[in-house]
Amino acid sequence: MSTLIEPTALTNPVERVLRNDRIPTIWCPGCGIGTTVNSFAYALMASGADLKKTAIVSGIGCSGRVSGYVQLDSFHTTHGRAIPFATGLKLANPELTVVVYSGDGDLTSIGGNHLIHAARRNMDLLVVCVNNMIYAMTGGQAAATTPGAATSTTTPYGSFEPELNIPQLVDAAGACYVARWTAFHVKQLEKSMTEALKKKGFRFIEVLSPCPTLYGRRNGYADGLAQMKEYKELAKVKNGAPTYEVAITTGKPIIVGKFVDRDRPDYLTLMRSQLGAHYHEIAEAGVGCGDDSEGKEGCCSC
Amino acid sequence: MLTELRIAGFGGQGVILAAHIIGNAVTLIEKGYATMTQNYGPEARGGAASAALVLSDEPVLYPYLTEPGILIAMSLEAYTKFGPEVKEGGFLLVEEDLVQLDALPKVPKCKIYGIPATRFAEELGKKMVLNVIMVGFFSAITKAVSPEACRAGVEHEVPKRFVDLNVKAFNRGYEYGLDVLSRQGERTRPGEEMISGLELENHPR
Amino acid sequence: MHAEKESVLTGIHFINGDTACCEGLLAAGAKFAAGYPITPSTEVVERFAQRAPTVGGLFIQMEDELAASITLQGMVWAGQKSFTVTSGPGYSLMMEHIGYAAMTETPCVFVDVQRGGPSTGLPTLPAQGDMMQARFGSHGDYSTISLVPNSPQECFDLSVTAMNLAEKFRVPVMFMMDECVGHMTEKVVIPPAEEIEVQPRRRTSKPPDEYLAYEVGEDLVPEMAHAGEGYGLYITGLTHDKKGYPLMNPKQQRELIPRLFEKISRAADELTIVEADGVEGADVVVVSYGITSRVAMRAVHLAREKGLKVGSLRLICVWPFPEKLIRQLAPKVKALIMPELNMGQVVIELERCSGGKTNVVSLPHPGGTVHDPLVILEAIERGAQ
Repeated sequence: MSTLIEPTALTNPVERVLRNDRIPTIWCPGCGIGTTVNSFAYALMASGADLKKTAIVSGIGCSGRVSGYVQLDSFHTTHGRAIPFATGLKLANPELTVVVYSGDGDLTSIGGNHLIHAARRNMDLLVVCVNNMIYAMTGGQAAATTPGAATSTTTPYGSFEPELNIPQLVDAAGACYVARWTAFHVKQLEKSMTEALKKKGFRFIEVLSPCPTLYGRRNGYADGLAQMKEYKELAKVKNGAPTYEVAITTGKPIIVGKFVDRDRPDYLTLMRSQLGAHYHEIAEAGVGCGDDSEGKEGCCSC
Repeated sequence: MLTELRIAGFGGQGVILAAHIIGNAVTLIEKGYATMTQNYGPEARGGAASAALVLSDEPVLYPYLTEPGILIAMSLEAYTKFGPEVKEGGFLLVEEDLVQLDALPKVPKCKIYGIPATRFAEELGKKMVLNVIMVGFFSAITKAVSPEACRAGVEHEVPKRFVDLNVKAFNRGYEYGLDVLSRQGERTRPGEEMISGLELENHPR
Repeated sequence: MHAEKESVLTGIHFINGDTACCEGLLAAGAKFAAGYPITPSTEVVERFAQRAPTVGGLFIQMEDELAASITLQGMVWAGQKSFTVTSGPGYSLMMEHIGYAAMTETPCVFVDVQRGGPSTGLPTLPAQGDMMQARFGSHGDYSTISLVPNSPQECFDLSVTAMNLAEKFRVPVMFMMDECVGHMTEKVVIPPAEEIEVQPRRRTSKPPDEYLAYEVGEDLVPEMAHAGEGYGLYITGLTHDKKGYPLMNPKQQRELIPRLFEKISRAADELTIVEADGVEGADVVVVSYGITSRVAMRAVHLAREKGLKVGSLRLICVWPFPEKLIRQLAPKVKALIMPELNMGQVVIELERCSGGKTNVVSLPHPGGTVHDPLVILEAIERGAQ
């Protein structure tokens, strides 16, 4: 005898993490962004993070819309500037868990400088970079991540620039956690996100994601599934791989895994310990006055 | 009464601090008005540094100098650059070991007074207090700001542990200034000779 | 609400405008700021970097002005009062985020210590060439508030006002200093904390399930909630509905954008902040703002010594422009004279509001120094004929 399940009981297990009144999403059929959000939702629940104290910040682009589908404090900022906005949130309220969720063009091109410096500062942020290798929202223009052989609307004869190896960049800048997965690796991605959510410091996860409409269609993939199949075939898990060896080259294996996992004090920790050492000077600055520009040297020795 | 004053020297001589001391003395102690502006250049040390003060008994409107009545020159460059702008009959106070008056083709027609402030500063053990010695000299010679107010200005501007040294420096400059004035007598004609306790007769003209 | 005691450096000081501005913003309750060094504004953040840790705050020097101008908005949404400081070239880079603050109604202060431009221009010398940029610099259409101090004392007093207005109207307020005022050192009296009125953040009293981020009442200004308070905020630079959700259509645009203007224009009287001297019965009135107003006042004194009936109208709040006041004044005078350290920016507004009822004389100056008072005097004499 079969059991009838009440339709009301058929709820999405990640529903409580999503803004259901915003769904359906703007993403195309076959797009991988939603898949990454699913992994993220599971990771949020698994990590035990206090959702009321978690904020998500996005820039502009298809992936920039992620912040608006997640039931957290959501900030959809300007193009490229999600990281500095998130930096402000974190510094002014260190109790917050702050996640930046955005695309490759937003984070590595227009926002590339912020990515470097947030990693250098070891700002306590988790940055998820959905890399679909194209500017999708504006109609498929070349990105810093577009492979040389691929074409786009602004590189109709192929790109003449080598693509950016993002993990190598953030590793060099000082990120304390660097991983890469694809939209095919939903379980690994979820695990990686969970692990990263629990870690302190600047954490970076790149997720390759199919864009059938604007990247795939132009570059020989029949649909999103075709790109997923390629991820499955070409992906090679290599945890701890040196990041200089993980550049994505057309037709070559896609190296995925956790590349970097190290500990160093994050910005606020370092600030607190150094301010502690200067306690007396700080107390003096609070009551002192007068202008300190140019010259106290007349008063000698200092 | 409106007094326009410029203090100039090398970067690092404490030109700005000297201006701050005088500004403090006038505004906080004598309850007058002072507006200080400074020239900014990319050179932090060694280059020319200059500060300008407009002192008045009513609020200052125009912030810059139009016709400075007093120049405190602590370097040759300061003297050659700003000397010509001092108004006729004004005061030109120079660090006499660093400033050669004949470096200007036409020495300004003003009262010129010299002080070996660097040497005095070295005697006090810190070359850096040269600027405060100049402030003392300025107070004694021009009477534009009282020595009591200037000393209070020093105390206000200088970190506590250096106050004693700087008050000593101020007094050294101030007393030397009084001494110069007392010895001035009939022997000098303003605008023609530098008046100095040390080299009054021998100064190369 | 009054200022917090530990943030206020009560006393009489001999400090420059940049330092006074920093002290004013601290007194107004700002403990967090982000910036990027640029002459002649840097002293503000240098001072703040030293002072902020003493009140439990911090300063972060970002990688550029693009970052600084949005980091401060993150600080605001985390519950703090915040500001950034810059000068011409950096101000240009910040424009997009002034629009973001206007659109998201993020209360904050942008300090611009104006220097000669365009481009790198005169880094160490004054100008007032960013006045139109303060009003119209970001793309799209929005309304904001610009205050212009003319002394270090006002750099303190008005930066408190700037932060208060930002909080009250939930707009980015432009604090338009210039190199002369910023680097000028004068006496600054900082009153006791209990004498400094501070506008607290307009926080919602509603529970999360009843709260709509952009629901407004009588004064058209929404109440705020912060990240981490359980409200599930959705803040976007896209055209949005009351919930904050993106809703991009002409109807919603019509609902949102005019309100951003109206919340300011409704308060036009409150935002008419001027200093009038001898304007009643004057034949000629010199209208000026910032450092130029002091030079203008000197010219006014000289003209009065010559027996001319001349008044001075100093605009302390330049944007919104005191339209009503000028419309009333124009028919009563022979001439309105406006010296400014630019090639004629705010005078365009003066001329518009004068409606042809008087002779509007522009006294442009490319900057680098201030006007010669005699030039203004000459214009007064011609205007009085």
